[in-house]
Amino acid sequence: MHYPIGLLFDLLASSSALPWNITVHFKSFPEKDLLHCPSKDAIEAHFMSCVKEADALKHKSQVINEMQKKDHKQLWMGLQNDRFDQFWAINRKLMEYPAEENGFRYIPFRIYQTTTERPFIQKLFRPVAADGQLHTLGDLLKEVCPSALAPEDGEKKNQVMIHGIEPMLETPLQWLSEHLSYPDNFLHISIIPQPTD
Amino acid sequence: MPDSVLWAVDLFGRVYTLSTAGQYWELCKDTQLEFKRVSAATQCCWGIACDHQVYVYVCASDVPIRRREEAYENQRWNPVGGFCEKLLPSDRWPWSDVSGLQHRPLDGVALPSLHWEWESDWYVDENFGGEPTEKGGWTYAIDFPATYTRDKKWNSCVRRRRWIRYRRYKSRDSWAKIPSKDDPKQLPDPFNDLSVGGWEITDEPVGRLSVWAVSLQGKVWYREDVSHPNPEGSSWSLMDTPAEAAQISCGPHDLLWVTLWEGQALVREGISRNNPKGSSWSVVEPPTSENGIMHVSVGVAVVWAITKDRKVWFRRGVNSHNPCGTSWIEMVGEMTMVNVGLNDQVWGISCDDRAMYFRQGVTPSELSGKTWKAIVAGRESDRSHSGSSLSLLSAGCFFGDEVRGSGESCAPSDTDASSDAERPGPDQPVPAESLDCPGDPKGSSASGPGTSRTTEHPVEVASPATQTPRPEPRPGPASTPAEVPWTNIDLKEPKKTPSHPVAGLPETTGLSSLEVLPLGLEEPYGADDHPLWAWVSGGGCAVEAHSVLKWFSVQLGLSPSVQTLSLSITPAQTAAWRKQIFQQLTERTKRELENFRHYEQAVEQSVWVKTGTLQWWCNWKPHKWVDVRVALEQFTGHDGARDSILFIYYVVHEEKKYIHVFLNEVTALVPVLNEAKHSFALYTPERTRQRWPVRLAAATEQDMNDWLALLSLSCCESRKVHGRPSPQAIWSITCKGDIFVSEPSPDLEDPVHPLPCDQMFWRQVGGHLRVVEANSRGVVWGIGYDHTAWVYTGGYGGGCFQGLASSSSNIYTQSDVKSVYIYENQRWNPVTGYTSRGLPTDRYMWSDATGLQECTKASTKPPSLQWSWVSDWSIDFSVPGGTDQEGWQYASDFPASYHGYKTMKDFVRRRCWARKCKLVTSGPWLEVAPIALGDVSIIPESPGASGNGHSVALWAVSDKGDVLCRLGVSELNPAGSSWLHVGTDQPFASISIGACYQVWAVARDGSAFYRGSVSPSQPAGDCWYHIPSPPKQRLKQVSVGQTAVYALDENGNLWYRQGVTPSYPQGSSWEHVSNNVRRVSVGPLDQVWVIANKVQGSHSLSRGTVCHRTGVQPHEPKGQGWDYGIGGGWDHISIRANATRAPRSASLETAGERSGEQGLPSGPAQVAGALQESLGPICC
Repeated sequence: MHYPIGLLFDLLASSSALPWNITVHFKSFPEKDLLHCPSKDAIEAHFMSCVKEADALKHKSQVINEMQKKDHKQLWMGLQNDRFDQFWAINRKLMEYPAEENGFRYIPFRIYQTTTERPFIQKLFRPVAADGQLHTLGDLLKEVCPSALAPEDGEKKNQVMIHGIEPMLETPLQWLSEHLSYPDNFLHISIIPQPTD
Repeated sequence: MPDSVLWAVDLFGRVYTLSTAGQYWELCKDTQLEFKRVSAATQCCWGIACDHQVYVYVCASDVPIRRREEAYENQRWNPVGGFCEKLLPSDRWPWSDVSGLQHRPLDGVALPSLHWEWESDWYVDENFGGEPTEKGGWTYAIDFPATYTRDKKWNSCVRRRRWIRYRRYKSRDSWAKIPSKDDPKQLPDPFNDLSVGGWEITDEPVGRLSVWAVSLQGKVWYREDVSHPNPEGSSWSLMDTPAEAAQISCGPHDLLWVTLWEGQALVREGISRNNPKGSSWSVVEPPTSENGIMHVSVGVAVVWAITKDRKVWFRRGVNSHNPCGTSWIEMVGEMTMVNVGLNDQVWGISCDDRAMYFRQGVTPSELSGKTWKAIVAGRESDRSHSGSSLSLLSAGCFFGDEVRGSGESCAPSDTDASSDAERPGPDQPVPAESLDCPGDPKGSSASGPGTSRTTEHPVEVASPATQTPRPEPRPGPASTPAEVPWTNIDLKEPKKTPSHPVAGLPETTGLSSLEVLPLGLEEPYGADDHPLWAWVSGGGCAVEAHSVLKWFSVQLGLSPSVQTLSLSITPAQTAAWRKQIFQQLTERTKRELENFRHYEQAVEQSVWVKTGTLQWWCNWKPHKWVDVRVALEQFTGHDGARDSILFIYYVVHEEKKYIHVFLNEVTALVPVLNEAKHSFALYTPERTRQRWPVRLAAATEQDMNDWLALLSLSCCESRKVHGRPSPQAIWSITCKGDIFVSEPSPDLEDPVHPLPCDQMFWRQVGGHLRVVEANSRGVVWGIGYDHTAWVYTGGYGGGCFQGLASSSSNIYTQSDVKSVYIYENQRWNPVTGYTSRGLPTDRYMWSDATGLQECTKASTKPPSLQWSWVSDWSIDFSVPGGTDQEGWQYASDFPASYHGYKTMKDFVRRRCWARKCKLVTSGPWLEVAPIALGDVSIIPESPGASGNGHSVALWAVSDKGDVLCRLGVSELNPAGSSWLHVGTDQPFASISIGACYQVWAVARDGSAFYRGSVSPSQPAGDCWYHIPSPPKQRLKQVSVGQTAVYALDENGNLWYRQGVTPSYPQGSSWEHVSNNVRRVSVGPLDQVWVIANKVQGSHSLSRGTVCHRTGVQPHEPKGQGWDYGIGGGWDHISIRANATRAPRSASLETAGERSGEQGLPSGPAQVAGALQESLGPICC
């Protein structure tokens, strides 16, 4: 499974000294563990499928389906060329929600843990509770990954990382999804053990 | 869009207004009276008070309502005493009106009513037809009546002069009583209903209104001569009706419906511009025979009615041609009344709970709307109004509350006090106290808390979480805190004791007591405490179909989710997590990036390409659009700088060719939108000189906007222009209303070798304007085609520029309205008179103004796809030359000069039809409501004098010709605070203020004026000095720089004012500078820039070109010639912010060096002079 590089850093190297040294292998591709992307198009397809999956969760795919091919292309080209304005001009539409709603239908998120074998946790989770209260990051973890949370009285054993920072557990999930999603429109959350020092 | 207000009356007769921008009902400023009915227009509101008298409430404005009274003093010459008041017996009165037929002594001219006051005493008018007269203002003639001239001749036997005096309407923001129509000989017949409308029938006079009223005896009355300058009207006229009327409703245009006591409706037919009272009645039967029509309300093309069973009905098929409509449709809901306001929006008051509803979803295509939505706005008046008066009271109340814990006796007095403060005025019903007592047990038990409770209360209120008021923090019995508000509601019903005429009072007193307890903090009303409404009028309330109103959101308790859910609420809570995220991100960036700045970029240069298909206006003849492939290649250098090239690949004679444009050479990208094409023009200095830009067209508007935004961004990047324009920027506007701005380079005004102005880089800013004016302190104002005033917010981008090309804040929606005109042409023939059958050689019978293009009503489209129609075709009566009653203008043949009356020699006639269209865009502009402007001028700051504390002088002319001076304008508050009206004797057209507070203005009759004694301490100056115009020319615009004064006449001649000195700022004479000028702007360095009418390039002609006057020197203020810049459809330029003087020393040094090389004598003055002569060889 291909992870965004920022996620890999959070997950595997957040405590290592900077700069992060990466070893690039040019042979013996681990075909067993990873899908081989034969071409640039395959990467693009993978990226677009992630965006589509995210929009299926957020808007029942309505937004992405209303876009033209050109817009999809711009999304990818913007990312590829590191042109944020090009990218955001389109991605902005994916981050909107109807005024009468109070958020997305479901939040596209994935929770990664280094300690388990399971690649990641992904479930349907709404940004707003039935009583109208906004769900927070804490609510999400309590629901889908209670082990990540410190027990009431116990000491904090894990860090909840997004983009190299630890947002407060009180942060509304909808806000996080709008502002801290990766380009593939998913919120990639890493649960890593608290550094011992 | 400006804020406007909804007017309403509650059950107690109190009048409230609700702003489209607000969410609270505000109590009408004049609370002396209680009202039964109100009917509003935009600028005023008419009402029937409980004394059955009619009142008009004229809203305050910075521009006074003033009317001129005039009288003529006539004299005849006799050999003994010269000119004297002794006239011949056959002559007119010594003091008369203009015709001489009526005696009119100065002391006999009285104010029309108590609501007027004199502005000053009588004075002599020394302006005669745009030209100043000799002292005394006398004009001479051979005899009465005759043609008068300024000059006294040997045969001038009589003379006269005009005395003028202004009166001013003073009863603004208050209810002014309209004299009753009652004839003392008859029994009084008080008014029962009243309706105001008809403002769309005609613009003349300004603000004309139709005011209709119905008396108790069922008679219908019409108020004559109501208009903006005459808000009270003059008299009541009785209209004949076939039966007794009960209620009346008059729409903005020509609809007028009346309900009869028998249940039918009467519809007025034949209402038109020439006959606003209409001609006949027709009857419309009610929807069902058993339930007659009780109430009716009409708009432009809708009629809503209520029948006796409270059902709501919508009349289908109503329009100007068929005011009766076709059939009734029953709507949902039961209402006591409905009211149709502007844009045919509808409000209603429901039967059961007297709540007010707004009809949602009313659009031109769906006039009946979708649903009724309750307006739950609270009454701010109670809050803010009592806020000041209650600040003491509430504190007292609060402490009183504690005391009250011991006994119940204080409670009534407490509520009494609050209701007192809430409802000032003499006619407050006395029973408040007695009524309160029976209902109070619960209330007082509720207010008998322990001290612990009361001390806890303010703490809770202060916490941010209670921003959304919950029932808990309200004081109440400790046992059942949450029930308190509900108890209060329960009280409402039993309290409606039948013995009392005003039923809802207990509720409001209960409510006010509640309101006082939370220490007057900003706690809006509960939805349950809504006011009980009796009447509503939306005639002054402009709700656009798409606008967002805040009237529906104060739904306390019922759904707290609505407020807590929106993320922007509870700022305190968000602050913590938001701040923390921000802080962490900053730290992360520091940790991960800043220490590694010295690492080289892995990829040094990147090329980024965007390709597409466009159409290109080809270079060769015959010119036409050809399909081309285009590619924009963008390189990023290792220093991060970006540069781009645009390639256009085309095929000619099966040979592939391309042209390319370096984007760092592009000087302007101009959208050229028309009905059919989405195109834009791309200019470089070379192409500006040729008057032949690269023109490209896209298939869709979106596509064009994408390209335009991308190219524009690339141009800005390659020139390193970003962010907001600097305060010195030069602003200009094209004839399409597009706004462009250019950063002046320091050598732009270099006296020796200025930057050629075809090299200036112009970038577009969102928005749509007709006029823009700036000054070097960053104050920028604009005026739209619809005369709306706008102030620049400091943003950039907007319009089609999104993302990085646009600032994220300071961008707002902007709209503009303009009219499209077509002409209907007819020729006379002996058999049938004027018909639409012309001669074969004639122009099209429906054409544009020139007659060359055929323009029919059906085929004429809005100017571009950005515009959409907002009205139907209507005859334009305001064309120059005048029209007859039907709008026709006559002439002997096409094309000729047209006049507004028919003579024997006229064989053709034409009339002008206008249709309004509207554009909605966005840009860094905020509206300066409510006064519409015709011209504006901001003081150019002299170099070095900027920022010395005093406010920025800004003068304007309103669209009606009033001269205004804006107070409180500064860098921080560029919109200023209010207008100061400067009286004039005639409407003005143009104004300009120079750097030394010299204010010059041009009146609509073409004469010029200088305003004396304007200074920071006397911002409006003291009096006008009439300056004679250049001979036989009518001026139309004036511009004043540091000291130079330039004026422009209607024939495109530019004039320089000679002899202006500090001691004699009016100057001595006009000197001709140039012709072919459309608009002039003189800057703080006395630099002169104009828009030239026509400029010939090497490839084509361009109309509307920016030009810079060259060789303007202190000793040669008129300059020598023109340097031509960007052009082709430019309409307006403001150079007045650019006070950037060329680095004088530098230019002189280099000049010195160069001249030194040439062996010319040194010494600054001589060098400059010498350089002038040798300028050519050095510069080129």
